[in-house]
Amino acid sequence: MIPLSHFMLISAGLFCIGLYAVLTKRNAIQILIGIEFMINAAILNFVAFGKFDKFEGGGQMFALFAIVLAAAGVAVALAIILNVYKHFKTIDPAKIDTLKD
Amino acid sequence: MNPEQLIFYFFGALTLISALLVVSIRNLVRSIFLFFVTIFSLAAMFVFALADFIAVTQVVIYAGGVLVLMLFAFMLSNRELLKGLQSTKDGFKLNHFAGLMIALGFLFLIVTAIINTDIPEVTWLKENNIIGQNDNTIHQIGINTMTRYILPFEMVSVFLMMALIGAAHLARKEKRS
Repeated sequence: MIPLSHFMLISAGLFCIGLYAVLTKRNAIQILIGIEFMINAAILNFVAFGKFDKFEGGGQMFALFAIVLAAAGVAVALAIILNVYKHFKTIDPAKIDTLKD
Repeated sequence: MNPEQLIFYFFGALTLISALLVVSIRNLVRSIFLFFVTIFSLAAMFVFALADFIAVTQVVIYAGGVLVLMLFAFMLSNRELLKGLQSTKDGFKLNHFAGLMIALGFLFLIVTAIINTDIPEVTWLKENNIIGQNDNTIHQIGINTMTRYILPFEMVSVFLMMALIGAAHLARKEKRS
């Protein structure tokens, strides 16, 4: 039986690694990976708490929904990244500073 | 230390180390493939939280869908992109330092919060509502999807269709007319 706080500590570490990637990386794909880390940390917390919710299963159900939403988000984000690359010839977020033209 | 704890901490360490490598390594292809390792070890940790179905979904959707999509986007963008990636050698920037400080400060905040909370004393965790090792969680998930969580389920399906249409619209070739 693993104590709940150990799940939470690992998830906190993963979240902060994702935060670091989002704040410092200069490449849109790596920033997307950072966001995935943060979402996965949240899912780990959902699942760890869902262990204590046998009948309603809220933790596991919303972990499933979060995985699906993350996958949909990645699909749209990668399509946007490809378009941005076509337009600006770079995917460094610091250099992309106009909305159109 | 029994084998269960040993395997759990092994996968926990693997998760954190591979995640650190993903954000610190320079080569983007390597970091995407290391992301595989993080995803699989996270799936192993979901198994330890007795959520087998979530673990399988994680492997199918992330390893099968998201990562392939990322590699695909990466390969579609051409060589100049690769050249831009290796230009991160210009020392330790202030930007990195500030980001590192924010991330470490946030980690400190969460960890102190977790340590100072007396988690085994939270009342709703003691209600004897715990999933046992022989419970059929997949059965429960199936029933819950169609009864209690039918509204979020329908919303997710509409959202998925919107995301599908949106991604196809964004990725289409523009007509030069």
